[in-house]
Amino acid sequence: MLENYLPILIFIVVALAVGVVVVSLGFVLGPHRPDAEKCSVYECGFEAFEDSRMKFDVRYYLVAILFIIFDLEIAFLFPWAVVLGKIGMAGFIAMFIFLAILVIGFIYEWKKGALEWE
Amino acid sequence: MDAILNLWNSFSQDWPTLATLILILLKIVVIMLPLMVLVAYYTYAERKIIGYMQVRIGPNRVGFFGRHAFGLGQPLADAFKLMFKEIVIPTKANRVLFVIAPMLSLGPALAAWAVFPFNEGMALADINAGLLYLLAMTSVGVYGVIIAGWASNSKYALLGAMRSAAQIVSYEIAMGFALVGVLVAAGSLNLSDIVRAQSGSLLHWYWLPLLPLFLIYFISGVAETNRAPFDVAEGESEIVAGFHVDYSGMTFAAFFLGEYANMILVSALTALMFMGGWLSPFQGTPLEPFFAWVPGFVWLVAKTFFFMYLFLWFRATFPRYRYDQIMRLGWKVFIPITIVWILVVGLAVVYQLPWWFD
Repeated sequence: MLENYLPILIFIVVALAVGVVVVSLGFVLGPHRPDAEKCSVYECGFEAFEDSRMKFDVRYYLVAILFIIFDLEIAFLFPWAVVLGKIGMAGFIAMFIFLAILVIGFIYEWKKGALEWE
Repeated sequence: MDAILNLWNSFSQDWPTLATLILILLKIVVIMLPLMVLVAYYTYAERKIIGYMQVRIGPNRVGFFGRHAFGLGQPLADAFKLMFKEIVIPTKANRVLFVIAPMLSLGPALAAWAVFPFNEGMALADINAGLLYLLAMTSVGVYGVIIAGWASNSKYALLGAMRSAAQIVSYEIAMGFALVGVLVAAGSLNLSDIVRAQSGSLLHWYWLPLLPLFLIYFISGVAETNRAPFDVAEGESEIVAGFHVDYSGMTFAAFFLGEYANMILVSALTALMFMGGWLSPFQGTPLEPFFAWVPGFVWLVAKTFFFMYLFLWFRATFPRYRYDQIMRLGWKVFIPITIVWILVVGLAVVYQLPWWFD
């Protein structure tokens, strides 16, 4: 059972190693001639006016929060989806109620304008 | 040949653990090398195909040994050029995060292939939780984007990363729901079982029974990889290149490789889950015996190439969406449709209804 997962672990290590090798190749082979202008923050040729880590739109937070809720819902749906053929109508109704509660929340967000980007 | 086999047999008897490790590593190389070549030549195909669509010729100068060869040497030349370019790290950037981000973007895009079944019984790891692993690996990619945007400490990069992350995350929900629909229909998380469940004929592949989910999955895949027409993250006309504006040389190449590897992955997964994977399109028709000699792997690759071509076709055809349109499509159109269709498929499974076209 678990030995099936060994190749995956090795694959992940190799994949990350490929990433590391690709980037370090660039460091080894490329030239290094930094100067103040070259290493300044990119801002279309201007001197940077202020710190770049500025305030950004609160809607990005909102999307992140909604994402957590819905992604968890998907995680809940996965085991249910696999065994649905065996648990039959009772399982379907249980998940329907769960989804209905979430959909009510979803409609509330929609009406509140949380999904509006003008 | 026999001598090598004998040597290998005695070796694997003496050091069984080492032998399995070497075997696994060999398999990984066999998967990863063609993948990297495919990524390289996908960029060439993109330039060539879009070139012809716009009545241009595309790259046709760089060849091998003094021959032009339709410009087939172009990807190699590009790779070598990027290797010898300086990697500029801005003074204000977080140096460690700045270097880690491209690795994080490339690594998961490759690692996702570990569970991919290329033919009946031909997978590196045929695990039961295959689909879950894929969902996990494709989700990790967003870290590379957001870390890159944050570490660059540039306004354009930050804005691009924010847009990109919000978009990826939104479409991941639609994608996840579409996958749940596939799971309900197939009744298994194992990718090989999902393909076997589609066996029957061309009409039994899930593209027809799950048509809305199929369309939503592929369109979400396009949005997830930040490709046109959903490429606001790198909208050249407003935020230059988005989250990788400060990256150069091989750090940029890593993002590029990751993006194209992800496109190939999405195409291959669409082929696997909605187009019957390695199954022959002539199954159940009088033509079946004539094509029985074609290995399943060839069908899978042909289907994958079709979807890879669609990516390029979209880019040449559609104008870029506005950001509010993208978010509206993801949240207000795709998510409601997928939820409804999951319930429909769920009811069909509970009542054991036959496919409606049978």
